[in-house]
Amino acid sequence: MSEVIKIKKGLDIPLAGKAETVFGQTQLPGLFAVKPIDFHGITPKVVVKEGEAVKIGSVLFYDKYHPEVKFVSPVSGKLKSVNRGERRRILEVIIENDGKDEFVDFGVADPQAMDRDSIVNRLLESGAWPYLRQRPYDVIANPQETPKAIFISGFDSAPLAPDMDFVLTGQEAAFKTGMEVLKKLAPEVHLGISNDAASKLYNSLQGVHLHKFSGPHPAGNVGIQIHHVSPINKGERVWVIQPQEIVSIGLLFSQGKHDFSRVIAVTGSEVLKPGYLRYRLGASVSEIVASGVNAGSLRFISGNVLTGDDVGSDGYLGFYHSQVTVIPEGDEYEFLGWALPGFGKFSVSRTYFSWMNKNKQYKLNANMHGGERAIVMSGQLEKVLPMDLLPEFLIKAILVDDIDKMEQLGIYEIVEEDIALCEFVDTSKMELQSILRKGIDLMMKELG
Amino acid sequence: MKALRKLLDNIKPHVSKGGRFEMLHSTYDAFETLLFVPDKTNQNGVHVRDAIDMKRTMIMVVLALVPALLFGIWNAGYQHFLVTGQEVGFWEQVLHGALKVVPIIVVSYGTGLALEFAFAQMRGHEVNEGFLVSGMLIPLILPVDIPLWMVVVATAFAVVIGKEVFGGTGMNIWNPALLARAFLFFAYPADMSGDLVWISGLSAMEGLDATTGATALAAAVQGNIDHFSLWDSFLGIIPGSIGETSTLAILIGAVMLIYTGVGSWKVMVSVFAGGYFMGLIFNLVGLNSLMQVDALHHLTLGGFAFGAVFMATDPVSASRTEAGKWIYGFLIGVFAILIRVFNPAFPEGMMLAILLMNTFAPLIDHFVVDAHIKRRLNRAVVKA
Repeated sequence: MSEVIKIKKGLDIPLAGKAETVFGQTQLPGLFAVKPIDFHGITPKVVVKEGEAVKIGSVLFYDKYHPEVKFVSPVSGKLKSVNRGERRRILEVIIENDGKDEFVDFGVADPQAMDRDSIVNRLLESGAWPYLRQRPYDVIANPQETPKAIFISGFDSAPLAPDMDFVLTGQEAAFKTGMEVLKKLAPEVHLGISNDAASKLYNSLQGVHLHKFSGPHPAGNVGIQIHHVSPINKGERVWVIQPQEIVSIGLLFSQGKHDFSRVIAVTGSEVLKPGYLRYRLGASVSEIVASGVNAGSLRFISGNVLTGDDVGSDGYLGFYHSQVTVIPEGDEYEFLGWALPGFGKFSVSRTYFSWMNKNKQYKLNANMHGGERAIVMSGQLEKVLPMDLLPEFLIKAILVDDIDKMEQLGIYEIVEEDIALCEFVDTSKMELQSILRKGIDLMMKELG
Repeated sequence: MKALRKLLDNIKPHVSKGGRFEMLHSTYDAFETLLFVPDKTNQNGVHVRDAIDMKRTMIMVVLALVPALLFGIWNAGYQHFLVTGQEVGFWEQVLHGALKVVPIIVVSYGTGLALEFAFAQMRGHEVNEGFLVSGMLIPLILPVDIPLWMVVVATAFAVVIGKEVFGGTGMNIWNPALLARAFLFFAYPADMSGDLVWISGLSAMEGLDATTGATALAAAVQGNIDHFSLWDSFLGIIPGSIGETSTLAILIGAVMLIYTGVGSWKVMVSVFAGGYFMGLIFNLVGLNSLMQVDALHHLTLGGFAFGAVFMATDPVSASRTEAGKWIYGFLIGVFAILIRVFNPAFPEGMMLAILLMNTFAPLIDHFVVDAHIKRRLNRAVVKA
């Protein structure tokens, strides 16, 4: 415990627009959505018809291949529509908020007095199960399995990410109840904490393995922490969950209600007053937009700038996100952009003169800053991936569908968020996260 | 600037798919992206990206080549007037050198870019930036008196056989610029070796002492290395290929490459280490006059420094693993001196050493990756 695991490789992108630790005023929007595309590899079956009334905790859809895994409504009201994309794939299930906050009562229960099966059933029935995700592959955990351990990252190191200590303030009791639930689910529970922030809550936990981490992003990624504590080998299963989701589970047992409330950080250079809001999962970001952003062509991201989703000004907060980032879209031409000295351009390399100003905070936009090319530079990706892995060779193995090599090179240990920084620094502008997901999908298809 | 953008926007429909000049699409695209960074935004994955792109990377290498180029231009003039015995001023030396060197550069870029554009158009690709560097590297490793038509032939060979047949920048096995030189070396040995090609105007002169125009390495074979002091060869006031003579100018370029993060310091350091190591061994043996050349002196002669900094570090043809880079670089240094000392036909080994190790780089990587996989498997066994 006293030992600090030092992460040396990585990068903290100096973005402007960090949230101040104050709560802003807001109200909940009129529209909510649960997005099946937030969950990898599920096939949704919608059980509610358009116009039908739902409560908080009413089942909206379930997974065709795991019917016990249910997805429930975060709000009371009525089902407005089911939006479909190409080949009738369900993108969003939209619910109109009636403001009454009626909820399905699951009854108060004490996790310490329950056996594992009844806990699992309660989580499944209440729609809290999808919080538990499995590594490898980053898919929803399989309720029939018992994992090697549950890992939690107690802090978020992503660009402009919320400060978990601040977020959890006032929710300590629910968090502890949630931890009791997790302890019943797996033989070991590991919690990665930051060496820089001394959290009283985390340090007061009993029966949990604590691991201290220091260093730049991705030190707060749970995948990186697993790799340094107890790497995943073939056939092993580990579950992961995020701190606010543990609070939700805690409330489910102590109050009998599936509470979808989240503290979210509203960040990014285009937000007038970056700060925190008490919001709710699945809520439209429209109220956040209304609370003040700059004019111009903007990109609204649910999540952080590395792994989040572009949701537009009327999109919905993703299921696993507790952050909204607003940055300039940058869809404009830049005259001789690649040839100028570039004092204001952020680059890990020192090819632009911005290295002269170390403390600058950058207003980065969503422009690609160049075209996609074949792989030319070497040794670039390794520098921001603190894992014993050869990312370039793994990516090449995926590109040629070589399952043996993918397995040997460690595809079980890595998911998109871990390789996101590699994508950021890549000179060839390749879409590494998409490539990795393609490889993971192939693994799941071939090996199950 | 706005007017320029407007002009480009006006042309765009004509060269886009279905337009009248569709066949010029890649050409238009190349010029457009040269003038303006495109308005394309990230669609899947990360929302922000590092400002670096391939154009910036390549232009950095070209900038790093500038010290060697400028010195080469002056040295071409300086060497010329040295053998003719004329005393002229600095600017006259530069002028003479520029008149010799600039045409070679123009021809190299002209030929290469024309071919690159043609290939990009045929394949419907964007024009790759790789030739920005190759086009500058090729002139710098040629003798100053080379006929221009040979530059055309060699560049064409390098672009077509060295790069495009494999699929373009990023896919090639050998360094294209070195391939151009190797092509000339084997196809026209008389114009690429001997004592007359290294100083401008010397081939056309008569009645000169045969050893006047010899490179330092050729002199060393004869045991005359004393004519070229360590200091002179470090500064570069010796005959040789245009850009390779000044170790000092090359090291300035090396610092630029390493500091900006474009070139691999591991490769550079290990090449020099390998060369020094081999030089020391030969010093101990000392069987012929080349073996007796001081190990440090070896590193400043011929194309050694230039190859170590600008050729061996080409990321595409070099080893791609970090451990592999050490092995790859060290062996280049070893082989360069080895070939230099034992090659009876031509006293230089850098070109062949790098091309040889380019060939073996994938093999080195294979073993490094294999070792990595074995280590990972062992971890699994230990844990279980």
